[in-house]
Amino acid sequence: MIPGDGAGGALMATVALPLAGSLLAVVLGRHGAQVAGGVALGVGAAVAVLAAQVAGGGVLRVDLGGWAPPLGIALMADGLAVAFLGLGAVVMAAVVAQAAALFSTRGGESRAGYGFWPLVMVLWAALNLTFLSRDLFNLYVALELLTLGAVALVAIGGQAGPLAAALRYMVFALMGSLLYLLGAVLLYAAHGTLDIDLLAIRAQPAPPDLVAAGLITAGLAVKTALFPFHAWLPPAHAGAPAPASAVLSALVPKGSFFILWRLWFEAMPDLAAPPVLTLLAGLGGAAVIYGSALALMQGRLKMIVAYSTVAQLGYLFLVFPLAGGAGAAQPWEASAWTGTAFQALSHGLAKAAMFLAAGLFVMAVGHDRLEGLRGLARTMPMAVFGFGLAAVALLGLPPSGGFTAKYLVMTAAFASGQVVWAGVLVVGGLLAAGYLYRPMAALFADAAPGPLTPVPRRLQALPLLLAGLAIGLGVASDAPITFLAIGRPDAAAEGL
Amino acid sequence: MIDPALLYGLTGAAVVGLGLYGFLSLRHLLRRVLAFNVVGSGIFLMFGAAGYRGAVAEGTAGADPVPQALIITGIVVALAATALAVGLILAHARATGRRTLPEDDT
Repeated sequence: MIPGDGAGGALMATVALPLAGSLLAVVLGRHGAQVAGGVALGVGAAVAVLAAQVAGGGVLRVDLGGWAPPLGIALMADGLAVAFLGLGAVVMAAVVAQAAALFSTRGGESRAGYGFWPLVMVLWAALNLTFLSRDLFNLYVALELLTLGAVALVAIGGQAGPLAAALRYMVFALMGSLLYLLGAVLLYAAHGTLDIDLLAIRAQPAPPDLVAAGLITAGLAVKTALFPFHAWLPPAHAGAPAPASAVLSALVPKGSFFILWRLWFEAMPDLAAPPVLTLLAGLGGAAVIYGSALALMQGRLKMIVAYSTVAQLGYLFLVFPLAGGAGAAQPWEASAWTGTAFQALSHGLAKAAMFLAAGLFVMAVGHDRLEGLRGLARTMPMAVFGFGLAAVALLGLPPSGGFTAKYLVMTAAFASGQVVWAGVLVVGGLLAAGYLYRPMAALFADAAPGPLTPVPRRLQALPLLLAGLAIGLGVASDAPITFLAIGRPDAAAEGL
Repeated sequence: MIDPALLYGLTGAAVVGLGLYGFLSLRHLLRRVLAFNVVGSGIFLMFGAAGYRGAVAEGTAGADPVPQALIITGIVVALAATALAVGLILAHARATGRRTLPEDDT
């Protein structure tokens, strides 16, 4: 594929547009919201073109500048990458819409109002690059940009609490990037390339590669907030302004997980030994239980939603021992792999809806302590309904995308005889019902809320829209399952 | 006579070890950022040595240029991360008067 034609151009636009928008937003200052709106439209169109191209013509590869790997860097759009690009575009569009209202009502002169737009767009460019890039060093740069943007978004308000949360995030993130970089250096020293497809040919199940893969995995686990490296996530995600929280919780951890996924399934599928896979899934399972238990104990809505992210990210790690578990025995091959993609997409939509709704509650009440939210369902029915639908998707109740995800993963767990992971899904679902019941009970309480700042209806529609998409992902799950299978690695069906 | 690439590689590994120890044991945030930079330098040294060794193995003159390009990119990334970290440390110190994270206070 020659760069410059329609589809290749669309592929590069998903990265180039937000990056250009970020620089433009710095120059234009107070017109950041308009720039971001334009970028959201442009990226949305580019993703639509890409999706049509990939659905019709299969996987799309672009060698940047016409240089093929190992000298150059390849970008690739397969079904998985485009699905995540789409998730990013939808969430970002909603976030831009809410942030535009939030930062203009406060008077566009605030520091957060200036800083938000360049940061959120540079983060978006980096995120899209992590989904598309095929080079481990290029992915490192993308991951760093993603993290730096995310850390800065946490600190954007400038209060002491979020600043400490941002610093803690930064310390963990620096550690993670060093581990990742060290692993990448060892891989280059051994094989002379960092291209995922070349590594897939050259990697050996021998100690040097195992050490490198272990370092990269540890680094990415820190950045994905896998238990026990999760301590930085809840205060950071809860401390940021609501639109930033939505991006941080719904999208940013998916970037590092996505690289981890590519590494094990595509770069070195032959390297995985059962103990390693069990360890990753075990930590994921611990994250589900521990994150949910802590979510039960929180008194603030945003902290509940943030701890729920720790738990929901844990589910993603169950894919490692389960992939291929159901194998050809099922009409949907690779059910754990597909289910995990569904879990990531569904969680992204639902979590963004929850944080945007929480932001509206904060806008109305002035804080997010549970007792202050009593009776809000009367005055903000749309936002509360959106929150409720998002809760349905997180719980994995039918017919949501979360249900499809859990159903696929659980099928794989039973078919492969690894019933313990099915137990994690069940217990995690029950605990989620527990921690989500508390905010729901408060919102629907039969009480008149105190004095409220009115919240425009069009803002209330945003969380409802996102949560509706999370449900729709389950209702119309056939098309996304077929789409995700485009360019799916063999290891997804055969197991690691 | 020890192979220079091996010497550089081992030195890099030692620097990485020293930096990691500092990063994990120190509580003063500025020291931790400096330790991060020490680890980064060690990794870049190892990377350069790997490029030199690769070129010797292939019998070409000069070193493999790819690691050098990647090292320069890595330095830029580390510089950006350091700048942000120092900015955050300063803002945090102004807001709270502390130079450590709240959980590290003794």
